[in-house]
Formats: sequence, C-alpha cells, structure tokens
Amino acid sequence: MIQLHQLSKKYRGTDFYSVSKVDLAIDDGEIFGLLGPNGAGKTTLISMLSSLIKPTSGSFTINGLNYKEHKNQLKKLIGIVPQEYALYHTLTAFENLRYFGSTYGLKGARLKENIDEHMENLGLSDFANKKIESFSGGMKRRINLIASILHEPKVLFLDEPTVGVDVQSKNAIIKRLKQLNEIGTTIIYTSHHLNEAENFCTRVAIIDRGQLICKGKPKELIEQNTNTTNLEEVFLVKTGTELRDHV
Amino acid sequence: MYKLLASTYKEFLLLIRDFGGLAILFIMPLLLLITITLIQDNTFKTITETKIPVLLVDNDKGKVSKSIRNGLTKTNSFEIINEETENGAKELVFKGKYQLAIVIPTNLSNDLEKKVNENVEGILSKFGLDEAIDPVLKNVIAQKEVRLYFDPATQMSFKSSVKNGIDKMISQIEIQSIYEAFQQQLTEDESEAIFDTESFITFKEVNQNNTSEDILPNSTQHNVPAWTLFAIFFINIPLSINMVKEKNQGTFVRLRTNPISYSTVLGGKTLVYLCVCIVQFALMLFVGVYLLPILGLPKLEISNKLPMLFVVAFFAGLAAIGLGLLLGTIAKTQEQSAPLGATLVVILAALGGVWVPVFVMPKFMQLLSNISPMNWGLNAFYDVFLRNGGFREIVLEITLLFLFFALTTIISIVYYERKNAV
Repeated sequence: MIQLHQLSKKYRGTDFYSVSKVDLAIDDGEIFGLLGPNGAGKTTLISMLSSLIKPTSGSFTINGLNYKEHKNQLKKLIGIVPQEYALYHTLTAFENLRYFGSTYGLKGARLKENIDEHMENLGLSDFANKKIESFSGGMKRRINLIASILHEPKVLFLDEPTVGVDVQSKNAIIKRLKQLNEIGTTIIYTSHHLNEAENFCTRVAIIDRGQLICKGKPKELIEQNTNTTNLEEVFLVKTGTELRDHV
Repeated sequence: MYKLLASTYKEFLLLIRDFGGLAILFIMPLLLLITITLIQDNTFKTITETKIPVLLVDNDKGKVSKSIRNGLTKTNSFEIINEETENGAKELVFKGKYQLAIVIPTNLSNDLEKKVNENVEGILSKFGLDEAIDPVLKNVIAQKEVRLYFDPATQMSFKSSVKNGIDKMISQIEIQSIYEAFQQQLTEDESEAIFDTESFITFKEVNQNNTSEDILPNSTQHNVPAWTLFAIFFINIPLSINMVKEKNQGTFVRLRTNPISYSTVLGGKTLVYLCVCIVQFALMLFVGVYLLPILGLPKLEISNKLPMLFVVAFFAGLAAIGLGLLLGTIAKTQEQSAPLGATLVVILAALGGVWVPVFVMPKFMQLLSNISPMNWGLNAFYDVFLRNGGFREIVLEITLLFLFFALTTIISIVYYERKNAV
C-alpha cells in the first residue's frame, strides 16, 4: 500500500507549491492514474514517490517503508519509467537492459531470461542487438519500460509512458502493463490521454495547481458529475478550459 | 563488485562506440607531442640546421667588422645578408622581412686601434717604459655604437641571446686588440708571443646524474613527459562530456532511482578512463622511442625506467580523471564542461611548468605552481626521465597526485549526494 500524508513540494525560487498537502492511499494491485493539466504537479508527485526529489513537507510510505529510513530497500521495491528515453543511444537494446538489470543485482541466466521474456512480450526480440539510436520512438518507449521492470518491481511508476508513440506501440505497452498488474504489480501512472486512463485505470485522481481535486473510479467520477459522459469531460469540469501555458 | 564491473563494461562499450572521440583521445595527443617536439627541437640543439637571416650594414669595412662577420658565421645560427644603408636595413626589419639588422659604425676598427694604443701607451708610461703623452695632444675619440635593430615581433629571449652574443664578440675583439697593442709596444719581433691569447677560463656542461649514464636533456627527453602529461589531463574533457551527456539523456535520472551508488558509477568511469590514460602514455613512449628518431629528432631514452614511468602515468591519470569527474558532476551542459575543462588544463599546465620552467616564473606564480597537479606529475616524470629517480624520489609527487584524485572524487560524490538528497 502507498500512503501519502500531507505531501508537499515547493521548488527553490518559486512562490507557490507544485504539490500541496496531498493525502492519498493507493492499494496494492491498483492501477492508479494521476491526471492533470500541464504543470499540475503530476511529475513532481511521481518524482517524490520515486525518491528523485525531496518533499518540502509531509511524508509517504510504500509497503510500510518510510522513504527517509529505507531508501535503498524502496529502490529495489519500485520501478520508474521516466518520461524521457533514459537509455544509452550508442548501446544496443540488450546492452542497455543488461546494464540496468545489473544495477539491481540481476546477473547470469536470470537476467538474460528476464530480458528475453520482456523483449518477446513487447515485440522487440528481433532488435535486441540493434543500437537504440536506430530505434523509432515507439520502440524506445518499450525498451524504456523493460529497463524499469526487469527486476519485477512491486510498485511501478510511469510518467506518461505512451506519449508520442503510435497506436500499436501504445497498445503493446498497455497490454504489458495489464499483464504485470495481473501478477500483482501496483501501477501508478500519469497521462494526458484521458480515454486511455478511463479504460486502463482502476482509480484516478485529478490534480490541479498542486492540489488533489478529486479521486475515485473513472465510472463513479463520470456519474458524480452531471452532464458528463466520459473522463475527459469530468476533467474539463474539474480543471476548467483555461490554457495552462507556463514557463 | 559486480555492479562496478557492469558499470566499467558499460563505460568501455560507450567509449569504443564513439570512434571520433577515440580518435581524438589517441591521435590528437600524438600530433601535439610530435608538433611541439619538432618546433622546440632547435632550442635544445647545440648545432642548429636552421639559420636566421640577419642584415649586416658594414660601414667600418675593417678588422672589427670582419671579426663580427666571422663570429656570426661561426655560430652557424645566422645567415649574413649585406645591406648598404642603415635606413634600408631599418625599413626591412620594421616591415618584418628580417628579425635583426646589425649596423657597424664607420671607422670602428681604426678608432678602436687608436683608443687601445692610447690606453696601452698611457699604462706603459706609468711604468716608465714609454714617454707620457701630453693630455692636450691626446686624440678625442668618440665612443662607438654598434646598433641592433630588432623586428618588434621578436621575442625577448631571442633579443637577449643575440645581444649577449654580440656583446661577447666585441669584448673579445677589444681584448684581442689590447693584447696586440701591448705586443707591438713591448717587442719588435712579431713572431715572439708574449701573451697567450687563448681563453683561460672555459665552460663544460656537465649533467648531474647519479649513474654512469650520461643522458643529455634534449628536446625529446623534455617534451615527451611535459606534453604527455598535458594530453593525459585533457582526458577530463571527454570524461566530463560523457557525464553531461548521461544527464541530458536521462540515464543519470534512471541510475538515481536504481540501487546503485554514485561512487560505483564513478568507479566504472575511473577504471575505463585510467586504461585510456595508460594506453595514451604507452603510445607516447612508442612515438618517443621509435617515431621521433625517424623524424630526425633525438630518441627517447627509457631504458630501465619503464615501471617507474608507468607508476607516474597511473597516478597522473588518476588526478586527471578526478578533475574530469568533478567537472562532469558540476557542469550541466557540454558548453560548460568542455571550455571549462580545456581552460583549466591550460592554466594547470602553465602553472605546472609545461610551457615555461617554474624557476623563471615570478615568486608568487612559483608558489602557485606548487598546487598544480601537473607540476607534481612533471617533477615526477623529470625525476625518472632525467635524474634516474626511483620510487623513493617520486613518492611525494605520486602521493600528492593520488590525494588530488581522492579529494576531487570525494567533492564530486558529496556534491552529487547533497544536490540529490531525498
């Protein structure tokens, strides 16, 4: 279970909170969507939960482990799929995965089996020995995902894992995530694709200007808001139609 | 240990996949070494093959001007070109066509002879060997001036050496004239040698050495260690760029979320780049021993010194890598790391005595040179190359180099941990 208590983040040099006093509980085995417009605080929230940035105040636990005291244990427990392709472009797909797998202590036959299995499932077996720089955006996204799940994490954070990819790649990624969820992986992901989130997530939370606006099952949120027929309409009702350009 | 090996292998793969970077790492230092050694070779040669053209305006056309001309020719450093007028010579030098013009004044030989004779007669009269000259009858001989015109772009060191050389030549001519005047006054017989005019005091260059081997400090012995060290320190640039690239690619972010320590990541980089330094050094030695002699340069003498030389290269490489790790940790972009790394190497090289020997620097800069790792490295190399030093002689320098590596690496780790503290 992931438990957030009054979790807040204010970046140095800014006069506002990017994430403000968020209380949230995510159960084991959930697929939880963090939705919000640009600059809402989704990435900041995921970055705090994945130990990339330090909360200004508040706290959180993952499977009962506090991030301050059990940093290394938490790192083994979670997997993070960053928004950017965090891969070495001049190495092959296999070389990248072998290295990232080894950072979790995976080695030998087990590491190779894990790599082969995920490459197979995501349709990349034929490209194992090709350099990442020759891959399309969709292929890179899939390798980016594999690099984060080789160690079979209990909790997987994904920051917009399907952005900028074709429908086929998106379908393959969502399918694989569902398979992982079926074997017990808790998934927390951010996305701007509300249709995808509506179909994929067991629960979602809408965040705007660092604050949690609402949370619940997609179907329930649609029912609670009159004159809305899908999650996108709920989103616009909750966050407004004002453009969120920011620098 | 397994994670360190995995990181090292990853760094190795990244390095060998970058062909351009590899070429720069290995070929550029060799080109640098060969070019600098070829340029500086003449400075170290006693007999040079390159002659500097010099304009000579001979208004004297006597014994003295002939001696100056012969003296300049004998040095084998100058090619004498006659010029009729002082103004013509001046113009050609100021236009930069020639670096130097020597103008010998009119009647220099006659006036010198008169002056010397007058002085000798004066001295002999004091001893009662000659009649005293009436001061009223004494000729007033004006002081003579040999003028030297230098191209404004001429370096100070060249000016000084030419001035000293000509000054020495004129002094010798004066002394010779004095001896001749005495000879003429004291004996009628020209064949009778009253004075031994050969120089009584001569110089012999002896190189202090603790072995029977006589290793001449030639251009190769000086340049190979200095420029090898310079090249080794340049490794901080590709290394820091490699780290900045990782930040920009996002792989560093991934590594921060993985259970691998920053010191392990840096350890992998250190091992691979240290190997690069050692290979670079071996290539430099190869060039010094086998290629430079083909180019007509002196051979690098490394007999019985190889183990000590590699010890110095190892620690110099560590120091250079420490600097690269620090730069790579602090810099956010390649535009920051590359110029900063290059400038630092140039400053450290200048301070370390790679270009100008430390002893000719101002006192304050001499003090500053003590904090340059290149100075420690260069001293260690000179200890081994030129003074036949063993481990005991280099232990201080290699300890300092190691401490520099340890300090820069610790600062990198502390900076990284603090910046990314969660």
